[in-house]
Formats: sequence, C-alpha cells, structure tokens
Amino acid sequence: MSVDPRYKEWEDKVLSKVLARFPERKKEFKTSGGLELPRLAIPDEIDDNYMEKLGFPGQYPYTRGVQPTMYRSRFWTMRQYAGFATAKETNERYRYLLEQGQTGLSVAFDLPTQIGYDSDHPMSKGEVGKVGVAIDSLADMEILFDQIPLDKVSTSMTINSPAAVLLAMYVAVGEKQGVPREKLRGTIQNDILKEYVARGTYIFPPRPSLRIITNIFEWCSKNTPLFNTISISGYHIREAGSTAVQEVAFTLANGCTYVQTAIDAGLDVDVFGKRLSFFFNATTDIIEEVAKFRAARRMWAKIMKNRFGAKDKKACMLRFHTQTAGHTLTAQQIDNNVVRVALQALAAVLGGTQSLHTNSKDEALTLPTEDSVRTALRTQQIIAYESGVANSIDVLGGSYLVEQLTDKIEEEATNLMEKIDEMGGVIAAIEAGFIQRQIEDSAYEYQRQIETKDRIIVGVNEFQSKESVKVPILKIDKEVENRQVKRLKEIKNNRDNTKVEKTLKALEDAAKGNENLMDYIVEAVKEYATIGEICGVLRGVFGEYRD
Amino acid sequence: MGGKKVYRVLIGKPGLDGHDRGAKCIARALRDSGFEVVYTGIRRTPEEIAMAAIQEDVDVVGLSSLSGAHMELFTEVVEALKKHNAEDIPVIGGGIIPEEDIEELKKRGVKKVFTPGTPMEEIIKTFRELCEK
Repeated sequence: MSVDPRYKEWEDKVLSKVLARFPERKKEFKTSGGLELPRLAIPDEIDDNYMEKLGFPGQYPYTRGVQPTMYRSRFWTMRQYAGFATAKETNERYRYLLEQGQTGLSVAFDLPTQIGYDSDHPMSKGEVGKVGVAIDSLADMEILFDQIPLDKVSTSMTINSPAAVLLAMYVAVGEKQGVPREKLRGTIQNDILKEYVARGTYIFPPRPSLRIITNIFEWCSKNTPLFNTISISGYHIREAGSTAVQEVAFTLANGCTYVQTAIDAGLDVDVFGKRLSFFFNATTDIIEEVAKFRAARRMWAKIMKNRFGAKDKKACMLRFHTQTAGHTLTAQQIDNNVVRVALQALAAVLGGTQSLHTNSKDEALTLPTEDSVRTALRTQQIIAYESGVANSIDVLGGSYLVEQLTDKIEEEATNLMEKIDEMGGVIAAIEAGFIQRQIEDSAYEYQRQIETKDRIIVGVNEFQSKESVKVPILKIDKEVENRQVKRLKEIKNNRDNTKVEKTLKALEDAAKGNENLMDYIVEAVKEYATIGEICGVLRGVFGEYRD
Repeated sequence: MGGKKVYRVLIGKPGLDGHDRGAKCIARALRDSGFEVVYTGIRRTPEEIAMAAIQEDVDVVGLSSLSGAHMELFTEVVEALKKHNAEDIPVIGGGIIPEEDIEELKKRGVKKVFTPGTPMEEIIKTFRELCEK
C-alpha cells in the first residue's frame, strides 16, 4: 500500500522535526503480547473531510492532539494539587510528592489568600490554612519553596484575583534562588470570569480585573516567557453543575473575552496567545469526556485562526490540564472513589491532556491524607506505565461514536457561544445572570436525576451498604491560624515600613492611571508588603464585586 | 385563605467558601416544596446571616460550608442569633463535615448536620419538622 501523500508530508515536515529534538521513550512500542503499535492509526484513505476535521497530531486543527508524538515522547505532567496549613507543612508535602515521582507542583492556597485578605483579617477567621496554604507575604513563599529548585520544577498556582501578587512573589523567590525570570516555568490560573459564575473568589469588578489580567499577559511575555499566563478553566463550571457542552462553551467564551481584551489593549495575539492554557474536568462518562477534549481543541484552533487571526501555530493550540471530577466522589463506600478516579484519569489521557491531577478517595470527607494522595498518584502511574494507552496517539480517534460525539459537542457548544455573543459577550451574560442560571438548571436537573434514580450513583442511591469504617481525617487545627497570625505580626515588625508604604503608594498611583501594574507589585512584594495590603490598595482604587 | 402556613427559611453561606452548588440546589428544592426561601449568596459573615434571618423572620436557618471552617462559622451564627435574642430560630448545616465534628456542633447548638449524599427528601423533611415546632 502506498503511503498517503498528506500523511507523508506530516511525517516529513511536522513529525521529523519533533523527533529530532524529543526522541520517543522507546525504540519501538508493542502490546504486551508483542504486536507492534503504530504511532498513529489512520484510515486507509485520507480525504479532505478527514484533514479538515481531524488532521494529524501537532497539526491544525489539533483534534488528535497538540504534539506529533504525544505521550510516546513524554507522559503528561503528573501534578497533584496540594496545600494546607502553613508554608512549612505544605513544603514538606511537596517534597514528599516529588520524591514519589510527581513531576510538577500545584499550589492550593487557602481562601483568605485567594481573596486577598491577610490571615489576621476578620473575614479570614476559621479559614486560615484550611483549603490550602496560607500565604501573607514573600516570607511565606520563601518557606513554601525551600529546597525546591525553581529552575527544575514547573509550578501551577490556583490563584485568580491576586494572581499578579503571587506571580510577583514567585519571581522574587526565583531571584533569591538565583533563577532568572526567563527560566521560570509554571501556570497561574488568573481566570477571573469563571469566578463570577462558579468558584467565587473574586475581589474586584470584571473590568478592572480584566485590566490586571491583560497587564499580566504583557508583563509575562517580556519577563517570564515560559510561564502560562492563564489557565482558562471549565473545571469549576462543571463542578458547579454544568454539562460537558456548557463547560466547553463557557470556557471558550471566557477565553475569547481575554483574547479580545488583550488585542484591544494592543497586544499581539501571536505572542500572548501562545501562553494561554486551559483546565478541564474529567467525569466518569469516559466517551463524552474524550469527545469533549477533542472538540475543545478543534474549536479553539478555529477560533484563534479565523476569529482572531492568529498565525503562529502555538497560539492555535489548546493545551490543557485536567482534574478528575470532585463532585462525583462519594462520602459513602469511599474505596469506590479510587475506581471512579481511575476511569476519569483514563478519559483525560485518552483525550490528550498535558497534565493531570487525580483526586483522592477521601475528598468528600476531608483533606486527603498522605496515603490517599499516594494512591491517587499511583493511579496515574499505572495508566502511564501499565495500561498501554500512552503508546499510541488519540487511540479512540476514528471510532464512529467518538467522532459523532466530538462533532455534536462542537456544534452545540458553538451554538451556545453564539447565544452569548448575541447577548453582548460574557460580561453582559454574567451581568444578566444567564450563565449562572444555565449552570444552576443543569445542577438541579442532575440532582433530580439522582433523587428519582434516573441516575444511579453506586453506594449512594443504589447498592448501599451499612458501613462503620473509620476514615482517617487530616485536620487543620486552630493553632495553625494563631501561628500564622503571629508570624504575620513579626514580619510586619521586622520589615522597613517606610519602604513598604512608598511602594504601596506608587502602586496606588499606577492603578489610578493606565500603567502596567506588575512592576509595582513586584517592588511591593520584595519589601514584604502583604497580600492584604496590596489587594487593599487595589480594592480602594477598583472597588469590590458582590454577587 | 385558610391554607397551610407558608414556612420561611434562610439558606446561608458563611465565610469565604464559594462552593454553592449544594446550597442553591437545596434552596430550589425547598421552593419547589412550597417553602419561601431567602438565599444569602456566598461570602457572608455570621453576623450578616443572623441579621438577615431575624429581619426576614425565618423559621429555620440552613448553613452550608465546604471549606472546613464549619466549626467556627456555624457556631458563630448560633451565637449571633443568641446575641440578638433569636435563639428560637433553629440552625442546621451541611457540607464536608467529618463525623467527629458533628457531635461537637450539636453540643454547640446546631440542630442537625447533613453530609454529602443525603437524599434531598430527608433534608426537606428536617426543614419542615423544625418549621412546625
């Protein structure tokens, strides 16, 4: 059989370049029975329809994956979201995870940090160190990354409204370690729009929030070119109750808003567009999820090329992180959650994710213990090293069902995005309550299905069993808050408060004008200005959002 | 009229937690079952919630927290109601709440605590019983 010329062209022009730079993990890939596994299975005949809808991996429209070798060169990054109590405890957990073979860090901040309050703020009471690590100033950040070389790891930070502050702290820690800015790798979530509809850690109103985000895009392209400046997140939209189609539509619509805002501010789509990343949910509905990931990739490629005129191929690639679906974990028969997570992780890998967090089985009850986190990480390692699904690319591509569902999700999500455009865009749709209502309706319908047993949740509304299992609980005791507050006081006493005030005043003046705020925030952070002080200045200028 | 009394309840999200899927679902299910429901929205202080409960003259307060701050925050709502002489309004709660905390919360005056997976019917029944008292 002769080799299709278009396939040959891909091999010569796309694949060979990447192979030269990133050799594959093995010389040849085989099934456990010894059968040879092709890099990419393709139909006998490659027609225009195939090229338009699927193409080859690493090639527009990227339906089959963003890299031409995918996991044959390198597995996805195994990145467990972690953080609790103070910087010291969390630093120990990070070093444990890295020792266990984790390949990237993912920082969970506590709610006061995420909402720009210091640990001693009245609103912080009871929340310090609970859902993540408490960070008040650079001093905490230095401890958080103690003995973790920032030129060796990539770090994802789930931080939105105060993303600029935490990024500035990260840069400052890097400098102290002797790592130049341009070598830092990682991601800040920095996706405010979904906070208004799903996650709730907003501080400022939408428009000043978008200004800060655009400032970050611009600053990072000059200072930290390897950093992903945003992680446009469908994860929380799905957790809040949306369907898969809504997850794609609302996430990509948010993405369009960021891109348009940055273009309007004069930034080059081919520069900042390369550093946009995404974050999706993986539920147990494997086939729908695989189709969702593929559809999202194809849609984003078309949007960037056709709507925004991107020419750089990297700016058209939807690269994404996945987390397994927290809302599917049950408090009943918690061992079942290990199975759910395995199926969800498999969906993410079959869908071509770039990095993955697997939830722990005990998360419907508590923060995960070290043991349950290890099992969650092992789940990824089993998929990577034992299952064989990482040895070929887009292994479900070409399945009639998967292709049909991919088309269907693209079609429905595109329709929903058009509806948002007709309403005047995402901000108008949020202000009208449209997106929130859509999510709520889906969440209510999902719950109704559980109540009526249209949807069976094993161990919850069917196959229940009497249990009296004692689950080990990781508890953050009250002392953590007291210790953190005491520490904050010490830091405030030991820094040069005149310098702090000077940098904060400079930030305030800049915020009132049109300058990029990043350099001002970096200066303030280096003087150990706290997150509450910096966000406080910005609250004063920008006002606060309330739902 | 002569019909049944319409019960009024408040669903509150104290603290900084933004996970409101459960709170909103319960608010809606209660409405569908004939209750009048006041939903506070997220990120309210215990004081704000207590004041809203009093001003809206509700029969029961339902709290939701998934961030692990329930011990402090649920207790503070109970105390704030007491402070304003409204301890007759019963407080119930739900969220990611470990077994051992449930006992302690009850000692501190929280009437009932629901954990994930509880059927909606059971929650509504509890609201109704407390309203009828």
